[in-house]
Amino acid sequence: MAFLDKHAILEKSPTLLLTASLLVVTIGGIVEIAPLFWLENTIEDVEGVRPYSPLELTGRDIYIREGCYTCHSQMIRPMRDEVERYGHYSLAAESKYDHPHQWGSKRTGPDVARVGGRYSDTWHVDHLMDPQSVVPESIMPKYAFLADAKIDGEHIEALLKTHRFVGVPYTDEQIASASADFKVQVDPDEDWDGLVERYPGAVVSNFDGQPELTEMDALIAYLQILGTMVDFSTFTPDASR
Amino acid sequence: MSDRKLDEETGVETTGHSWDGIEELNNPLPRWWLWTLYITIIWGIGYTIAYPAWPMISGATAGMKEWSTRGNVAQDIASHQEQNAELVTALLAAEMTVLREDADLNRYAVARGGAVFRAQCSQCHGSGAAGAVGYPNLLDNDWLWGGSMEAIIHTVRHGVRNDTDDDAHYSEMPAFADLLEKEEIAATIEYVLSLSKQEHDQTLVPIGAELFADNCSSCHGDAGLGDPDMGAPNLADAIWLYGGNRDALSYTIENARFGVMPAWGQRLSEEDVRAVSAYVHALGGGE
Repeated sequence: MAFLDKHAILEKSPTLLLTASLLVVTIGGIVEIAPLFWLENTIEDVEGVRPYSPLELTGRDIYIREGCYTCHSQMIRPMRDEVERYGHYSLAAESKYDHPHQWGSKRTGPDVARVGGRYSDTWHVDHLMDPQSVVPESIMPKYAFLADAKIDGEHIEALLKTHRFVGVPYTDEQIASASADFKVQVDPDEDWDGLVERYPGAVVSNFDGQPELTEMDALIAYLQILGTMVDFSTFTPDASR
Repeated sequence: MSDRKLDEETGVETTGHSWDGIEELNNPLPRWWLWTLYITIIWGIGYTIAYPAWPMISGATAGMKEWSTRGNVAQDIASHQEQNAELVTALLAAEMTVLREDADLNRYAVARGGAVFRAQCSQCHGSGAAGAVGYPNLLDNDWLWGGSMEAIIHTVRHGVRNDTDDDAHYSEMPAFADLLEKEEIAATIEYVLSLSKQEHDQTLVPIGAELFADNCSSCHGDAGLGDPDMGAPNLADAIWLYGGNRDALSYTIENARFGVMPAWGQRLSEEDVRAVSAYVHALGGGE
């Protein structure tokens, strides 16, 4: 064991110890992290996942700002009880345009990965205004102030550009029309064909029922798209994943 | 080793480290502990051979057992479906209007429907199905879109006023703020209050009755009894979806209401649609 007795040399030289520690951690890091960048099965190829529309993206920012993720996860785990309650288990591809992702690891409220389309816009308004009015047993706080916070999408172009910078494939056309798309999504009476062409499946509705565009609109637009992008009738899971 | 040092008191070898004259004994690890360590190492090697483990260039080793999380959940779901297969087949083949005649199947459908209801429907209709303001109570025998088994199944499957299902129930009450004068709306409210035998201003009732006949009766009926084909509520009973006092009525008449229900046929399996309809029908008000 003469070789192992040499550890005194390492332990007595801080520089050497630090270098050697770094070397060990690097090896661990390479083995654990590096394969994720080229494993072909990390993100499966599914159709339908698209970048968020400007209004949805703003709603997502509000979701993060209000800390919704501290009580709600967005990750349906592959277990029978979860699949029966929430719907198809989440796929990695479904959050590939999320920066950062909202998977979460703690649920005080239910998972919201597939909440889109599950309730009417009015229900979301009632529920955000006063959760106990529709779910008496709920302990969720009220978010009525969102309906008073008017937004105009002043920085929406910059927001989209930032997301493009970190890898979301927003096209030049999407960025150029960001401001118009932002406003038209709450106005079913306007011409929203371009919006739906750029963001297939986007829900166009006056979400909060008020004439003004508010944070409530943005948040509900975001909630109504969650988990609805992939058509699972055409999806065959690869069993090896 | 030549520099072995023994502790004088115990005769045990020391590590050679000395702090202010205190020396550290170099006792061997307990045998049971050491063997547990070796066993876990051996178990660990076996585990990485049996299950997916080692990351390679384009994928991880699959493991001898070919286990996967997704395969596992599919298997779990399949095994539960198999256990219920007989009842589910019977439920899918059943004539729903006479489901009650088959006590066993009815019990299964109602129990299954109850589970579906609590997971999917309770957020709007309440965990006890008593509803909330704007979300119908399903315990009474007052039905907006009909309370027969077929009508309930249709409503569950296609929903109400949604954009996703072409067969969804649809009707739209006009917002009368643009169509009637303030005084006319006030008179109509008095008439509606009289229909449900609430306290009202008798002098405005004749005017209100005329306005009601011109503007409201085509959907709500001449006597205000409602029309399940239009989803028009009965205004002559004490059951109110959005409230039956003057304030609520005036908001409803001025702005109209537009309750939406998702099309659950797009989210639930056929057996779940049938089961939850059986549950709702059995809550007490089914016709």
